[in-house]
Order: sequence, then structure tokens, then C-alpha cells
Amino acid sequence: MDLDSALWPKGVQRCTFPKFMIGITVVSVVLVWGVYAALLCWFKGLNQTNMNDYYGFALWIWADLAVIALGGGAFFTGFLRYLVKKDELKHIINYAVLIGFICYSSAQLILGIDVGQPLRGWFIFWHANVHSMLTEVAFCLSCYFVVLCIEYIPLILENRQLDKVPFFHHLGHNMHGIMAIFAATGAFLSCFHQGSLGGVSGVLFGRPFGFREGVFIWPWTFFLFTWSAAACGPCFTILVTKLTEAISKKQLVKPNVVDLLAKISGWMLFTYIIAKTVDTWYWAFVTVPSKGFNWAFFYSNNDFYGTWILWLEIVICGYIPALLLITKKTRQTNSTLWIAIILASIGVCVNRWALVLQVMAPPVMPFDTWALYIPSWQEVATTILPVAYGVMLIMISFRYLPIFPQERELNPITN
Amino acid sequence: MKNNHNNGKAKKFGMVIDLDKCTGCGSCMVACMSENNVPFKADETDKRLSITWMLVYKLNNGKSHPDYDECYLPRPCMQCEGDHGHSPCVSVCPAVATDYSHETGIVSQIYTRCFGCRYCMAACPYHARYFNWWDPAWPADMEKYLSPNVSPRMRGIVEKCGFCFHRYQLAMDKAYYEGRDELEEGEYQTSCTQACPAGAIVFGDLNNPKHAVHKIALPDSKHGGRPKNPNAFRLLERLGTNPKVYYLSSRKWVRDSGDNYRPDEK
Ligand code: SF4
Ligand code: SF4
Repeated sequence: MDLDSALWPKGVQRCTFPKFMIGITVVSVVLVWGVYAALLCWFKGLNQTNMNDYYGFALWIWADLAVIALGGGAFFTGFLRYLVKKDELKHIINYAVLIGFICYSSAQLILGIDVGQPLRGWFIFWHANVHSMLTEVAFCLSCYFVVLCIEYIPLILENRQLDKVPFFHHLGHNMHGIMAIFAATGAFLSCFHQGSLGGVSGVLFGRPFGFREGVFIWPWTFFLFTWSAAACGPCFTILVTKLTEAISKKQLVKPNVVDLLAKISGWMLFTYIIAKTVDTWYWAFVTVPSKGFNWAFFYSNNDFYGTWILWLEIVICGYIPALLLITKKTRQTNSTLWIAIILASIGVCVNRWALVLQVMAPPVMPFDTWALYIPSWQEVATTILPVAYGVMLIMISFRYLPIFPQERELNPITN
Repeated sequence: MKNNHNNGKAKKFGMVIDLDKCTGCGSCMVACMSENNVPFKADETDKRLSITWMLVYKLNNGKSHPDYDECYLPRPCMQCEGDHGHSPCVSVCPAVATDYSHETGIVSQIYTRCFGCRYCMAACPYHARYFNWWDPAWPADMEKYLSPNVSPRMRGIVEKCGFCFHRYQLAMDKAYYEGRDELEEGEYQTSCTQACPAGAIVFGDLNNPKHAVHKIALPDSKHGGRPKNPNAFRLLERLGTNPKVYYLSSRKWVRDSGDNYRPDEK
């Protein structure tokens, strides 16, 4: 009997409490380091970063866009489970929600550090400019975060001890009952904020590298961001699930569930990457030439922003994982599935990197110079902070909440 | 409603900078800093952290002696109107902390509203926007020299040139007091215009055919304000920013430096 075993979900085995606490302590050290860096930024200002007037958008904005894309598994899996009625996905939806919750709360934390006057953050709601993509992001992101909280709460209430309280038991039960409504709301909100994040650089008609044409007020990146988040978010959910399985040394989700999600992701990724290729082609041969640029110019100055980034994003982390996931054999082979989900997760991060940091690098005025940027340790620490926070929340949630409904069946306790 | 303010006499304040006259002395930069209480640091080595609402760039024709030629280009905020009525920076600001005035054509910056997201900086292709990375500080005695007409900006927000808007307000106050609602050309001039020893900067209302800026640049209102003067050009015209700062030069390479051209266009 372990110290905290009364809190574990019924019928599952967890590591010993001291072992768990060692893990928590290690993660806490990283967390404290990140919090220290965040406090430096809040109290001393953004001079603690290596950003400058050419690189006003840098590591943090990339991290924001990347975690939101990776957290896209929550809305898309929810959409598939509740609206498309892919019932098998109920075995992985809890984890997708938890990962989404972590990603979205992290994004808000990073934004809270990133703005120069965090105490005025509410101005974005109060004095909202409806033309700004960032306004749309702020509204939809906050609303969706509330949805994620509502989706996460019933899971907390399922904790073995909390569930004994009749009020919590009924509350959790009733919330489950109306979850489809929240899933639909979440999917709707996500389409908009994922899209408007794509619009952030897409609307910058003063920055030819990021600028995209589109329909009405929406640049093509608006649609591509939603599409890529729906494609790669679930891959990240599978990746974290498989990592959790590897660390806990047990199978938590049945292969058919993973297979279904991977297959859908694969097709989403495959169609997305074709659209992305067309978008890149149109940008290179129609959009930028009309502004007086040769597309190769944007990849010409330094190795850091060379054409390798295009190959990495579109071929290595785009077509390859897409093909691996849509091909039954490779999707069902453990090693190639691992490769595919890792590549897809990297791919979406590379895309966000290019559409934030690379946008800032090339000069627009012909007599101006290229700008390169390397983050300060404070920026790195505050970016790792959410990772540590995420690991900690997963550790605690996994230990005390019945996240994986199939765990008991897959790992019967024999004694 | 648009353009109907001020009894229908909407202004479009703008500038013409004669690059053949500019010597690169930097007086405009100094005048701007002192007029607008622009803070500075003990160490200004990294120019990408320096606040310079007016910045003089040095251009050259890329040739070597004896064909070498150079030119200085002062760059204030261009007060872009945008070809479709959207300034690059104004349209992106989520909190309406920067706005385009259809009464004056000036892009304002509302310091108490800005929360420092820096999206506007990312949007501005001219790098005319500056973030306050540090608390503004002046050596003790210098605080006495600060202009009472311009509020200093706090850490964590963005600032930029506003064509010395406080001077416009003062001039308008005086005019109202005297029972007028129109200004004479000389009543509202920016600090850099007045400081330039070479007289390279001319400032006024581009909508007013009597003003020098209009006469020199000959803005074509049917074509997004494009200059009809063959020696005049605007920076990055092709992006559709529709700026209100015109440059003049009799040298082709200087005019060509104002925009990007593909190798096959040259
Ligand atoms: S120059 Fe830059 S800051 Fe000034 S109006 Fe144009 S985009 Fe905005
Ligand atoms: S930094 Fe200030 S002015 Fe610029 S977009 Fe953000 S809130 Fe608006």
C-alpha cells in the first residue's frame, strides 16, 4: 500500500510515492528556473530578452503559435469524437483535452510575459479592434480556454475520492452529458483562433515574406493554420500518449484507437501539405514578384534562413509523415508511426517558426540590413517553463485521474 | 463621415525631403529627440535598441571610386494611409492604441492605451516604431529641459513619430482663440523641418494646392497620392502602404533605392 494509493484510479498500478516525488522535484527545479526568469521579465522589463526593434516578435510568439498548433489535438479529436461520432476516440479524448489544456494555458502564460505592459492586457478586450487578427485570437483563445476547463473539470471530478462526494459525482456526470455542445463550441472557436493566428503574419502587407493574399479579410495562412493544427495536433496527442506509455511502461490505449486517429491525421496532413505547397508556389511566383522581390532573396542571406527550411517543413516533415500515416503498413508499424508523429509535430513547429521569426529577418527597405536573433536565457527559460508545467500536470493527472479508460483492461493487476 | 471633419477641409499633412540637399548632419534627429522627450541610454551601441523617431540612413550606389556616390535618407514615420484605407500598423493593433486621423492624416500613438504587444512593429516595413525596452531616464539636470507639451513614455510600450502633433494642437488652440479654424502654412511645422540647416525638409498639407509640399510633390489623388513630379518618389510604394513622406532626388539610383525591383525589372 502506497501513501497516496487511495487517490489513484481504481484498479491501476502507479509508481511508489517517493519515486513520484523525485520526479516532481526534478521538474520543479526547471519550473522554478522558468518562474525566476518570468519574474525578471515582469519586474525588470523586456530588456531581459534579446528582442529588439527589428525582432519585436520572437521566440515567445513562436512558442505561442507552436503550442496552440500542437494543442489542436483537443479540438479536432473532440470534433471527431462528438460531432463525427468516431466513438473509439473516447479512449483518447481525455488525454487530448488535458494536452490541449496544458498547451492553451501555456500560451496564455507566455503572452502574459511577452507583452510590455501585462497589467493592461485587458485592453485587448475593452478597446478591441475588430480588424486585428490578434483581437480575434485573444477572444477565441480565451473562450476556448474556458471550454477546455469545462472539458477538464469532469475529469478531475472523476478522481476516486472526489467522486465519492455525491455533488461532485452528479456534477461530473451531468457535465459529461452535455460535452458534445462544448466540443462543438470548441471546434468552432478553434477554427477561428487557429486561423487568426495564421492571419497574424498573413495580413502584414508591409512584410512580403509573411504576406499572403486570400479571400475577403482572410489570408490563405488563416486556413492553412487551422488545417495544419487539425492535422498535426492529433499527431502530438499520439506522440505524448506513446511517450507516456513508454515512461509508465504499459499500454494505455488500444492500437485501433491510435490507428484511427493516426489515419485521419495522415489524410489531413497529406491534403494540408498539398495546399501548403500550392500556397508556397503562389507566394513565390505571384505574390512576392509583384512586390519587386525574387523569392530566393528571402533564403539567400545566411545559412540559418536557407532553403533547407522549406525542404524540412514541406518534404521531410510534411510529405514523409503524411505518406507514412496514410499507408496502412507504416502506420501500423511502431517504428514508422513514431517517426511520422515526431516529424509531423516538428513540421508544424517549423512552419510557425518560419511564419514568425523568418518574417522579421529579411530587410524590406532595399538599403536596410538582415536581422538575426538569438534568444536570451530568460526567453529560453520562460519558454521551457510551460513544458515543465505541462509535464508536472500530466504526472499529477495521470497518477490521480482515470485519464485512460482502457488502462485497467490492458493492464490487469494480478495479485 | 470619412473626410468630412473640420467642415470638409480634411488635411493630409506630409513631408517632402530633398535628398540632394540633405548632408546627413543629423540635426533633424537631434531636434526630434529633444522636442519629443525621446529617452536615451548610457550605452547606445546597439542601434536596434535605440529610439530614433527620425533616423538618417546612409545609402550608396554600390559602385567603387570614381563612380562611387552616396546619399543620406532621413526616415520619420511615413504616416501611411494604406492603399485600401488601412495603414499597415493601425489595422493590426488589437487595442486601437494607434489610429489614423482622417482630419489630419496623421497616425497617432496612444501611449496610455498601448500594452506593448509589438504587433505594429512587426507590421511596419520602415522600422519607424520603437519599443521602450527600458524605463525612460534622463540625467538629473536634463529633466528640467524636457518639453512640457509631450508626455514621456513608460517602459513596455511602443512609440513613434507623430509629426510633432502637439505643435498642431498648440497652433489650433491659438487659431481658435483668434477666431480662426484654419492654419497658415507656417503655423504648424515639425521640429525636424525647422532644424534642418540645409532646408531639405518641407512640411505642409498635401491636400492644399497652395502649400509647398503639394507644389513640389504634386500628389496624384486619383492614384493613391503617387507623385507626378518625376524626381519625387515614396519609399516602398509597391507594398501599398501609401505613405505621406515624399523624397526628391535628381539621381536615378537614389530614386531606384526607394523600392524593390526584381533583377529582370532593372
Ligand atoms: S511608417 Fe510605419 S509606423 Fe508609420 S504609419 Fe507607416 S506603418 Fe505605421
Ligand atoms: S504595441 Fe501597442 S500600439 Fe502596437 S499593436 Fe500592440 S497595443 Fe497596439
